[in-house]
Amino acid sequence: MAEEVKLFRTWSSPFALRIVWALKIKGVEYETIFEDLSNKSPSLLQYNPTHKKVPVLVHNGRPIAESYVILEYIDETWKETPLLPEDPYERAMARFWAKFGDDKVFTSIICGVLIKEGKEQEEAMVEAMENLQFLEEELRGKKFFGGERIGFVDLALGWLANLISILEDVAGLKLVGEDKFPLLSAWMKDFADSPLIKDNWQPRDKMITKFQALRDAKLAAAASK
Amino acid sequence: MAESEIKLLGAWPSPFVMRARIALNIKSIDYEFHQEKLGSKSQLLLESNPVYKKIPVLIHDQKPICESLIIVQYVDEAWSSGPSILPSDPYDRAIARFWAAYIDDKWFPSLSGLAKAQGEEAKKAAMDQVREGFLLLEEAFGKCSKGKDFFGGDRIGYLDIALGCFLGWLRVSEKMNGVKLLDAAKTPGLAGWADKFCGDDAVKDVMPETDKLTEFAKILFQAKANAPPPAN
Repeated sequence: MAEEVKLFRTWSSPFALRIVWALKIKGVEYETIFEDLSNKSPSLLQYNPTHKKVPVLVHNGRPIAESYVILEYIDETWKETPLLPEDPYERAMARFWAKFGDDKVFTSIICGVLIKEGKEQEEAMVEAMENLQFLEEELRGKKFFGGERIGFVDLALGWLANLISILEDVAGLKLVGEDKFPLLSAWMKDFADSPLIKDNWQPRDKMITKFQALRDAKLAAAASK
Repeated sequence: MAESEIKLLGAWPSPFVMRARIALNIKSIDYEFHQEKLGSKSQLLLESNPVYKKIPVLIHDQKPICESLIIVQYVDEAWSSGPSILPSDPYDRAIARFWAAYIDDKWFPSLSGLAKAQGEEAKKAAMDQVREGFLLLEEAFGKCSKGKDFFGGDRIGYLDIALGCFLGWLRVSEKMNGVKLLDAAKTPGLAGWADKFCGDDAVKDVMPETDKLTEFAKILFQAKANAPPPAN
């Protein structure tokens, strides 16, 4: 049976990019359906009724949602160029750092530094810096989080490689300086420029507009309380 | 394998710790259980989990593994000759992982939201959320169990563990609020599943009794009420 693979995504979602990268690394052909989240398609609502979010992967008519669930499904279904290591302990570490990336790094930066100002932003910065320091230490002795080549954690954290400089412009402060985070800075460049990764970044100007609007809206909402 | 090569740092009331214990029981693994004291963290915990400083932590041959569902998957993969915890088919695995993530990200917060809710209106809203979650999970149960006793089929598996660990605290919530949250009339599949889960060999010795857990809950809530506001 010919494989039918569809990816429901938005143009901007960093979580959907994880899936784009994984499919490209594995050489899987797929169709993209771009969603407008203010006007969700009947297909999206049918395939992800629980969360009504992107990304959703549909493989031969069967939907899978939640980006890390999709990544593991892709890794188990198309076995060439594995994303997760073979060793159970290394796999557990990969899953740990991926979860840390979303629970702590993403949250402290996007829900913290980006949308706050003044003392609140300073406090969010302290937390973000601590979280980034854990990642800096995790890169010791490695080119990528996956080792010599890109792996699960690189895809999980890959949003940093592009979004950090956008957020630094919008929020007006330095998050990942080369002096404080030499390994993370180097990884961000290496990852962003990697073949199969570099052609898929979202347009920078559109991203700046989007995140500036998000920051402005959140600050306005906080000020009116 | 020598018992001291496998340690689990935890506490008997924690549902997250229970997940790890159930997984170890399924694989018949002997381990040393280190009970953490309420209100303080041992040196071993702080060293083994510097990122979150939380239980459970599994320490296998001196290597720590943190986060309850990551521990469960690790146990499944490191002891691959024992009974399987995750399903074998990639799509079934994805469904199990999806619902486990839903339970942690959406359903459990609604249960703990009930404990924190102040006033009748807030409590009712929280209870409605818990019940709505159960309706979704009832549907998931129907699809995953395919007519058998558990989400995992004939034996308990990943998703059974992910949800079942909360049954003790669910019963405490029902008792303390004088309500039924898991209703056999609305969610018959889950109601039947809950009893079978609690009676399972891998579960029954690590599921705390409701009375003991209720007493603990009272101490915990009192301690929180008495505690000074957290320093910034």
